Amino acid sequence: MITSLDTERCTACNQCVATCPRDVFEKTEHIPTIARPQDCQTCFLCELYCTADALFVHPEAEPAMAARLTPSDITPLLGEYRRESGWDEWSENPRYANQHWRMEDVFRLARDG
Amino acid sequence: MTDRVRTYDTDVLIIGGGLAGCWTAISARRAGVRAIVAEKGYCGTSGVAASAGPGHWFVPPEARLREEAIARRMAGAQGLGDARWMERIIDRTYRTLPDIGTHYHYTPDDSGAVRRHALRGPEYLRALREKALAAGAVLLDHSPALQLLGHRDGRVSGAQGVSRQGDGDEWLVRAGAVVLATGGCAFRSHLLGGSNNTGDGLLMAVEAGAALSGMEFSSFFTVAPANTPLSRAMIFSFARYYDTQGREIAKPAAPNDHSAIAVALQGGPVLCDLSATPEIVRRQLPQISPNVTLTFRRLGIDPFTQRFPISLLGEGTIRGVGGVRVTGEDAGTDVPGLYVAGDVASREPVTGPVTGGGAVNAAWALASGCIAAEAAARSALENPLDQRSILEPLGDAGLSTRRDRTNSSTTRSAFANTLSKGPTRPDASASSEVEIVLREEMLSPTRQYFRNADTLAAASARLSAAWGALRDATPPSAGPRERQRFRELAAMTATARWCTASAAARTESLGMHRRTDSSTNGSDVPAYVISGGADTVWTRRQAAGTVS
Ligand SMILES: Cc1cc2nc3c(=O)[nH]c(=O)nc-3n(C[C@H](O)[C@H](O)[C@H](O)COP(=O)(O)OP(=O)(O)OC[C@H]3O[C@@H](n4cnc5c(N)ncnc54)[C@H](O)[C@@H]3O)c2cc1C
Ligand code: SF4
Ligand code: SF4
Repeated sequence: MITSLDTERCTACNQCVATCPRDVFEKTEHIPTIARPQDCQTCFLCELYCTADALFVHPEAEPAMAARLTPSDITPLLGEYRRESGWDEWSENPRYANQHWRMEDVFRLARDG
Repeated sequence: MTDRVRTYDTDVLIIGGGLAGCWTAISARRAGVRAIVAEKGYCGTSGVAASAGPGHWFVPPEARLREEAIARRMAGAQGLGDARWMERIIDRTYRTLPDIGTHYHYTPDDSGAVRRHALRGPEYLRALREKALAAGAVLLDHSPALQLLGHRDGRVSGAQGVSRQGDGDEWLVRAGAVVLATGGCAFRSHLLGGSNNTGDGLLMAVEAGAALSGMEFSSFFTVAPANTPLSRAMIFSFARYYDTQGREIAKPAAPNDHSAIAVALQGGPVLCDLSATPEIVRRQLPQISPNVTLTFRRLGIDPFTQRFPISLLGEGTIRGVGGVRVTGEDAGTDVPGLYVAGDVASREPVTGPVTGGGAVNAAWALASGCIAAEAAARSALENPLDQRSILEPLGDAGLSTRRDRTNSSTTRSAFANTLSKGPTRPDASASSEVEIVLREEMLSPTRQYFRNADTLAAASARLSAAWGALRDATPPSAGPRERQRFRELAAMTATARWCTASAAARTESLGMHRRTDSSTNGSDVPAYVISGGADTVWTRRQAAGTVS
């Protein structure tokens, strides 16, 4: 579930408001708010579209565990999904190239050894 | 408040902008007609493909290869498959999918070859959005459709819905033809990317008079780390599972059958062990599926050395099979002007009673989208909509307080009847009760894996009561989000009823549908279970290979 929006990093670009498929964020005069966290589907996609790396989504669908995290747990993790996906400024870095094509080879390895 | 309704005219309206809806829009523009996509979320991040990584059924045009691929699938389809549909979707997918190369950046494999059929979800859907826009499609984001609109001549001629963002509360599109691409229904399990898929298209189609097929093939579950939506199969391909006593659970007979895990979960937590995953796969994982590695990192679990608890997530008709019955080669339905594409359609012609996850489903979404778009474009050109024609909403389950706001000169309201019945249940609690019933009946792996006449009858009674409560319930507020929420609940409940009734009607086990009170697997004469009806649910069996 969406856990936090780092108000210092946020540039108020409103990309998250536009791209969240569950309409979780709300535009304001300043930076957006996480207006409807209970509607979050934990898809992580807002993190990909936030070039300021201000958003953090905890993988648990219910808020219980995420509530125990402190900013010092979260800050080092900000932006990792966008980086590892090789988006934006990471797109030329071969370390993050999209190797999705390997998936079928992994399935084959599991099946046939 | 009619000024709060934004109206549009188009040739083809596409409802749902996921994998199927995007390809439909691109193809409709190629066929030379105007196309509007109304998407509940954001076209480009919404739908189950956007957070996954769909591989497509992709067979080169060599007669022997295609014949073998089709023969394998026909055998799995156990009498319900249609080789011509398989041939059609293989051919379409092979010819069309490479077009995404204009907007999707492929990384070549180790031999330097580009594997066109394997695309990572977030990048694929982003590319599809850009391609649809470049083709000139109009995208309405955050615009869930609530109702189809019908013309006096019996054709479906548009839809109306609400806007969750922007400067209007409602929208209305008048169209020559409509393609439903609203995806399957997973009953709000926490399936990755599946929360918008609440069966809305199934309800809209049935209200318009279409029939469904194969709704009993809806007992599909996926393994995910407990409490997470991470329903991604690859990482679990090396998994071993242990019950509460630490005993290893037997490997399933078929790769997607998790019924032994379902049984073990009744006794307590089931733990997953990924220690058999080869070193090389561990290293490659972040570049194959970055959302898998980040999930474990954030949970604080090293999945390769630590055992972790798992759960089973219900997929309903998503990686199940059932949906709106396709009546012809053009992806048409029983209703003129209404076409279907992707998971909202029954995929029995290409999968039979087994899942098409892994390759066939994505190919079906793409190809049925192209085929539906072309047929809808032809239909729209042959039946141009008169600007003055009066359109009627074709159904209103869960929307009973919806006031007549679309009563422009061209649209009359069908709500007058409902309103004259007087006040109905003003109910927030009805909605949470319905959610509980849906969860208990549709998302319980043991209930779905082990069906019998008694449990199905009990489910049917609970679900009809839920439908009755919702049918005329009054949302606590008349705002667009509340109305959408009630409509979604009605659609999920209706879908659950069709699944349950169809499961009761198929008294023998077949494919993913398992009856514990029958020793037969399949029947002598392969048959489809057709279903429909919103207030009064009906089913009938129809021998495969016959028409209507
Ligand atoms: C984890 C996972 C992995 C998968 N992997 C594979 C694979 O490797 N190979 C394969 O072949 N298949 C795979 N599949 C299946 C494949 O992703 C689907 O078949 C495909 O996405 C179906 O496309 P669709 O457009 O019909 O549905 P979706 O992609 O789900 O899109 C439906 C869209 O309709 C919208 N919508 C719903 N209701 C409304 C409404 N009322 N108004 C407006 N819009 C609405 C939704 O918001 C959504 O965007 C996988 C599925 C999952 C869940
Ligand atoms: S996308 Fe990121 S930077 Fe932009 S408004 Fe949202 S949180 Fe702020
Ligand atoms: S994780 Fe998905 S649903 Fe949740 S806020 Fe981010 S984009 Fe929206």
